Amino acid sequence: MADVTLMKTPAESALAQAFESAKNMLPGNAESRAQAFEQFSSRGLPHRRVEEFKYTDLRALLREIAPFANVPSAEEAKAALRESKAFADVSALQVPFVNGHFVREAVDFHNLPEGIEIVPLREALANGHEWLAKLSPVTWASDNPIYQLNTSFMADGVMIRVAGAVETPVHLRFVTAAGSAVATATRVLVVVEDDASVTLLESHESTDGTNHQPNDVMEMIAGDRSNVQHVRLNAEGDKTLALSTLAMKIGGEATFNSINVVAGAATSRHQVYAILDGENTNLRVNGASMLKGSQHSDSTLVVEHNALHCESRELFKTVIDNEATGVFQGKIIVPHHAQKTDGRMMSAALLLAEGGSMNNKPELEIFADDVQCAHGATCGQLDEDLLFYLMARGLPKKDAESLLVQAFLGEAIEFVENESAREALVTTVESWLKARA
Amino acid sequence: MLEIKNLVVQIEDKRILNGLDLTVNKGEVAAIMGPNGSGKSTLSYVIAGKEDYEVLDGEILLDGQNLLEMEPDQRAAAGVFLAFQYPLEIPGVGTMTFLKAALNAQRKARGQDELSTPDFIKQVNAAAAKLEMPKDMLKRALNVGFSGGEKKRMEILQMALLQPSFCILDETDSGLDIDALRIVSEGVNALRSPDRAFLVITHYQRLLNHIVPDTVHVMHGGRIVRTGGKELALELEANGYADYRESEAA
Amino acid sequence: MPAVQETIDQVRSIDVDQYKYGFETEVEMEKAPKGLSEDVIRFISAKKGEPEWMLQWRLDAYKRWLTMKEPNWARVSYDKIDYNDIYYYAAPKNNPAPKSLDEVDPEILKTYEKLGIPLREQEILAGVEPQNRVAVDAVFDSVSVATTFKEELKKAGVIFMPISEAIREYPDLVRQYLGTVVPVTDNFFATLNSAVFTDGSFVYVPPGVRCPMELSTYFRINEKNTGQFERTLIIADKGSYVSYLEGCTAPKRDENQLHAAVVELIALDDAEIKYSTVQNWYPGDAHGKGGIYNFVTKRGDCRGKNSVITWTQVETGSAITWKYPSCILRGDNSRGEFYSIAVSNGMQQVDSGTKMIHLGKNTTSRIISKGIAAGKSENTYRGLVSAHRKATGARNFTNCDSLLIGNQCGAHTVPYIESKNSTAVFEHEATTSKISEDQMFYCQQRGLSEEEATALIVNGFVKDVLQQLPMEFAVEAQKLISISLEGSVG
Repeated sequence: MADVTLMKTPAESALAQAFESAKNMLPGNAESRAQAFEQFSSRGLPHRRVEEFKYTDLRALLREIAPFANVPSAEEAKAALRESKAFADVSALQVPFVNGHFVREAVDFHNLPEGIEIVPLREALANGHEWLAKLSPVTWASDNPIYQLNTSFMADGVMIRVAGAVETPVHLRFVTAAGSAVATATRVLVVVEDDASVTLLESHESTDGTNHQPNDVMEMIAGDRSNVQHVRLNAEGDKTLALSTLAMKIGGEATFNSINVVAGAATSRHQVYAILDGENTNLRVNGASMLKGSQHSDSTLVVEHNALHCESRELFKTVIDNEATGVFQGKIIVPHHAQKTDGRMMSAALLLAEGGSMNNKPELEIFADDVQCAHGATCGQLDEDLLFYLMARGLPKKDAESLLVQAFLGEAIEFVENESAREALVTTVESWLKARA
Repeated sequence: MLEIKNLVVQIEDKRILNGLDLTVNKGEVAAIMGPNGSGKSTLSYVIAGKEDYEVLDGEILLDGQNLLEMEPDQRAAAGVFLAFQYPLEIPGVGTMTFLKAALNAQRKARGQDELSTPDFIKQVNAAAAKLEMPKDMLKRALNVGFSGGEKKRMEILQMALLQPSFCILDETDSGLDIDALRIVSEGVNALRSPDRAFLVITHYQRLLNHIVPDTVHVMHGGRIVRTGGKELALELEANGYADYRESEAA
Repeated sequence: MPAVQETIDQVRSIDVDQYKYGFETEVEMEKAPKGLSEDVIRFISAKKGEPEWMLQWRLDAYKRWLTMKEPNWARVSYDKIDYNDIYYYAAPKNNPAPKSLDEVDPEILKTYEKLGIPLREQEILAGVEPQNRVAVDAVFDSVSVATTFKEELKKAGVIFMPISEAIREYPDLVRQYLGTVVPVTDNFFATLNSAVFTDGSFVYVPPGVRCPMELSTYFRINEKNTGQFERTLIIADKGSYVSYLEGCTAPKRDENQLHAAVVELIALDDAEIKYSTVQNWYPGDAHGKGGIYNFVTKRGDCRGKNSVITWTQVETGSAITWKYPSCILRGDNSRGEFYSIAVSNGMQQVDSGTKMIHLGKNTTSRIISKGIAAGKSENTYRGLVSAHRKATGARNFTNCDSLLIGNQCGAHTVPYIESKNSTAVFEHEATTSKISEDQMFYCQQRGLSEEEATALIVNGFVKDVLQQLPMEFAVEAQKLISISLEGSVG
């Protein structure tokens, strides 16, 4: 029944053109890129009649395609990284990217912390590195148009292997600092071996006032009994359109915590695709979004319980000021064989001003009978009784609001184990509130 | 200290206070007693400035300042403290964070410097010890998971810390067992001073055995219908509020 | 808990054949030619003696329908329907139309007797307390065969009659409201219905009148290869109140039959409409052969201030259910409620829920949905709650629980919650679970069999919704649920 004649939008034509001219210059197997792009263009940019993009109409939001960024010079890269502030107080192994390109000079490959191996992706693609076979661990994520675009255009990235208990956090720092608008496509693969543990920080910054278009994919394979703490901060510039995907496949008896904090970008969509692939695993995926002006932010989440006795907790908090729009779409899937699943998903939104919107779509898709699954969604204003209580104790209204907003977002942030990373997120919330007052 | 003149208040078209007059002097402990629904809690909320109530007429003056023109936080800074009948739970807000924020906001409003953290902690610990509060209560989120008695103690702790000049205790005795009642009352009595006034709202006389009032007002139908000394409370305890209900019916 | 005991007895007494309404009635029928065309529509319109505007309305709908595509977003799958392999009109041969019950084909009367639907007013009066009387409109395939208590209702000013009659007798009233809640262009099935609807009920309650009895329609599909396309229109004028019930059954057949109804409710200022459904169309056999495709558009418009519309549904039948009784909360302070029990067993597929569209100020809505999936069935709750910019103070509470019995079925929850007003407060909670082993063990330890224990616990699970039904229907519904789940454990 599909319509055969597809009218391309200017943006879709621009993408096709960009792919035509770039495909032979991009590293690695041109065929798999072509295949991904073919899959993308058979449907085009997703629009609101495509269920998964009902609330984030990319066809309308992405009208012009920025040119893909060139490799920055060493000076440019240095200057950009000097300006970068994300997680500045957290001591971590720095793995920096500028304009979508891995800054190789910034990493001392001979003195990496024990248990960490890093392979630059561009070279790996060109040489056909054996780890490439591990890309796309969540096969059904490949059906997503944003992911397909990343596969088509990915220019650089890293592959990281973690063995044993790694103490030093690894900070993937993405900075887009080109003077005019650029598009980027990065891919990171992290393989955490059985029994290994690691803290991964991920920050995304770009210059204000420029219509950058990053499309980042992070893929992880977490082994049995592994422990992964993942903290992601979106501190993109105020005109940036940021698309990102986190896809992970997690083994048995593992612990995996991930949080995405949205404090930037004009438009953002963060997609999480998780498969719990071994028994007795614990997954937590949180989100904390602070939106103002006319920002639009979409958190889309699919968690598939693919084994017995797993537990997943998803907690998404969205604060909406002015005329901003928040979107939460979450789905827990439990197939027949994933008995004893315990899944709970919650999305809560606070609307601070008239004119804001929140769209919630929490889904359960359950085929196993011996499960406990629940979801909840709320949206509304700050509780007036609480505000009164705080004001009766002497707090001015704005301060009372700030305290309640901090507490509201704090519930999602408090699970971050790394103390200095958690502090950095709390500070992010505070400065957002300060800017508001 | 506090002067209320001809106060008329309604909520959602329902008249609750009907021309209430009340004066509380410096250093005085005044009790307000009355049957359920007589408007006692409304009075406490209106003094503290809760939004839902519509003041149609009258005025409330604290040391000559018109409270009705002030926001709740400004009233608090002016010295009004309301110990809530049902203190609110605020998940995610640490008790210490909250206490510090409130104390410093009031100090700031009065033009005082912020308290240093060690001084602040010292003060809180001292007040908590007096109220026989376990220390871990201070580490939890405000009132979350507290028992009824613990919540009331937390209210008195805040009162001790904020040093208000006019304290309203709204049914503070409800939900307290006898030991908790003693501790809370001692906490209040310790704060009695010639510069501070109390308005103790209660349904029963038993709290007044512990916090002995100077004056007792009987409230009914949104008005003060009788005023007397502490012996009036005993009389009410013996006869109940039936007299007032009948007089209304007649 | 006598009702529970009754349920258990009922479960015990039924035989292997679970669908007890599966019999067929032998009556001589008159049908339109098979298939759909302008001629068939003209035939239907002529049979009903309709005015020209009505025919034109139908033909416009038909033209529109030809350009539309069948929706495919619901979580149901079925073989393509051949819309030209259906009879769109089938009526018992009986010309002229029966004036009283004595003229109705005795076979049809027997049918309703067997179904437990009393059509003779004196019989109703004999058995039941006067305040519990229910006026019935009985629809047999494409036509209404009898309507009871018409006269008495008329005295109160209430109009209750087949819609085909209302089009002739009250054309202005029908014209004023028909298609104003579910527009002709609304969706594929509603547009089809607009073109070919054959009968259904019309209710008008005048200002300030509290309808003196429950009104009900009993739908029966009897004929082979026919679709049933009924259309119901209920108007509660200012300050009035009406409670309306509908029930549905069909014979067992190997083929799938289409039921595409449209129900429109309009509540003006301060009016209240309660609409309850006990849907028990033939669900098909254990292998998924046969059964009704129940593709229904039901929508209520709280047009006036302070108006209230309540939908209560107990859905146990049909091979496929595609149905979202909704409320448009247009009037300030209006209220919409949706209470639903959807039971699926065998190969049944249910995709049902509601929409609460908050447009007016201080509008409130409440959704309580209980889905029970057993056998190899698929049971989906799909719902929308939305607050528009001007819906200041809107409130919604949604609770939607699913219960899975067995490991071959699926229970899904797909809510859409959209707020464009900061003062709107929406709360949604949903759970999916199974009957707890502890509860089962406790019941069994007290001597209940596994099946009895299941029935008992399921009844507890759906209690909140059953309480919304009028008493007689609640008992009926409770039995129905237990029967539907027969054979689902073990």
